[in-house]
Amino acid sequence: MKHQISGRRKAYCLLMKILMVAAVVFTCGVTLFIIGYVLINGLPHITWELLSTKPSYLNDKIGILPDILNTVYIILATLIVVIPLGAGAAIYLNEYAKNKKIVAVIEYAAETLSGIPSIIYGLVGMLFFCQFLGFQTSLLAGALTLTMMSLPTVMRTTQESLKTVPQSYREGAFGLGAGKWRVIRTVVLPGCLDGVLTGCILSVGRILGESAALLFTAGLAHTVNGFFEGMFSSGATLTVALYVYAKERGEFEVAFAIGAILMILTLAINLLAMAVGRYFKKRSSL
Amino acid sequence: MKKNKKQALETAVHGLFLLLGLITVGCVLLITVYLIISGIPAIWKIGLINFLFGKTWESTANPPSFGILPFILTSVYGMAGAIVLGVPVGFLTAVFLSKVAPPKIKATVQAAVGLLAGIPSVVYGLVGMLVLVPGIRAVFHIPDGSGLLAAIVVLAIMILPSIVNVSITALEAVPKEYEDASLALGATPVETYFRVSVPAAKSGIAAAVVLGVGRAIGEAMAVMMVAGNAVNMPSLFQSVRFLTTAVASEMSYSGGLQRQALFSIALVLFLFIMLINAALNFFLKRRGEE
Repeated sequence: MKHQISGRRKAYCLLMKILMVAAVVFTCGVTLFIIGYVLINGLPHITWELLSTKPSYLNDKIGILPDILNTVYIILATLIVVIPLGAGAAIYLNEYAKNKKIVAVIEYAAETLSGIPSIIYGLVGMLFFCQFLGFQTSLLAGALTLTMMSLPTVMRTTQESLKTVPQSYREGAFGLGAGKWRVIRTVVLPGCLDGVLTGCILSVGRILGESAALLFTAGLAHTVNGFFEGMFSSGATLTVALYVYAKERGEFEVAFAIGAILMILTLAINLLAMAVGRYFKKRSSL
Repeated sequence: MKKNKKQALETAVHGLFLLLGLITVGCVLLITVYLIISGIPAIWKIGLINFLFGKTWESTANPPSFGILPFILTSVYGMAGAIVLGVPVGFLTAVFLSKVAPPKIKATVQAAVGLLAGIPSVVYGLVGMLVLVPGIRAVFHIPDGSGLLAAIVVLAIMILPSIVNVSITALEAVPKEYEDASLALGATPVETYFRVSVPAAKSGIAAAVVLGVGRAIGEAMAVMMVAGNAVNMPSLFQSVRFLTTAVASEMSYSGGLQRQALFSIALVLFLFIMLINAALNFFLKRRGEE
């Protein structure tokens, strides 16, 4: 049998194929270019001195130790607050809520939160945490702002993992006479750990990359502080420092060095998220 | 007695979880209320028409003028440009990955797209500042390359991951029978993908585009680093200021009415985002029904 396909159809198919391949090549090319460009320009400037000192106007030297510490502090503080809140909300939705209206309202609120741009979080964080609650421009205000931002992520991933806990486990525990809270503590919570973990990894990625929400809430200072002291004083994270060094001070070497560090961390977080996803998938299929 | 105590505990725990569940609602209310309370006074003083349709923004002049039409138009044009450039690329990539690509290539490209989504916006801004801006200056022979075009290109790349990922989900949900039927009737695979699978997934793809719109209109830092930040009516090669960058660039030194006007800009931006969210929900719901 002979296929009869007109020249026009052949041309259409060929054109579409070429366009698709071109689009894929473009997408991958851009990704590789950005990663390569930042790493090539940044890696040579990452020195021990840069990583381990604070900026000094006396010696005209720039160090990013305070920015690294601030980033770590703000990640820790955000996670400490957001994990119980997000996981708790997910447990409520999945285990307790019977009223469909409340569920719909909460889910709609979570969707809305994830669509709000970070600059608006920054503004509201500044008005509410820094001014209304009187935290001033501090890492604490920044962390609380980021908590609002990462809440939907942690909530969603926890909810998804709660759905994979078999209903029979809960029924079994209830059948043995356990109360609701006991069932949640002993059966449901251990089952949603993977979701919480995935949510944490995604949140860390988002916090690392965040700058607009932190500019007005956590501020721009570069001083080395301990954790608790740091929470109540202003401090720039790595991304904010990159912005300041690149845009306002024209120190592109430092900016690239920070960029390279951020790229490496982003790569690591992506790989980690994939590995965690695969690990739990494998375990749950056993 | 013991039973009562247990019951009290259960009720308390239930209440606690309800409270945790309502925190998201609280956050949304907090954001909405704060933006409205702090955004309304300046609009009231300046006048809604003057504020929205005024063509000059001279916040530090005497007397100052607060017209944000340049920002609104720049944001809309920038978003539209990013969509025009980004959607075709993202859409074609998604069709290729979901229908054509062998599993290994699919996994690799998806990992790359995931990375693209994870790159911090300031890094996009940095690369844009040092590669794109000089590039535009050299290609078009203009004194300064930073402006709307640079911002559009950066935004187009930044929205790619959302468009690719959401479109892939939609395309993979198309029932296999549709495609089999089309193939059995003699259509080539490529014709099947574009004339059967894509129309069947159109709500999902529309959702992807709307998501991209939201990302593009809300991005601040990357745009701030490449758009030049001068207040101009939008034109491709001129330095421009977006709604987001208008807020960010003056916030640190503003006071009085100027500061209130910045909150009003944020309120306008928020209203845009709420509209976009409503559209997104509409498309997602329709996809659920299909």
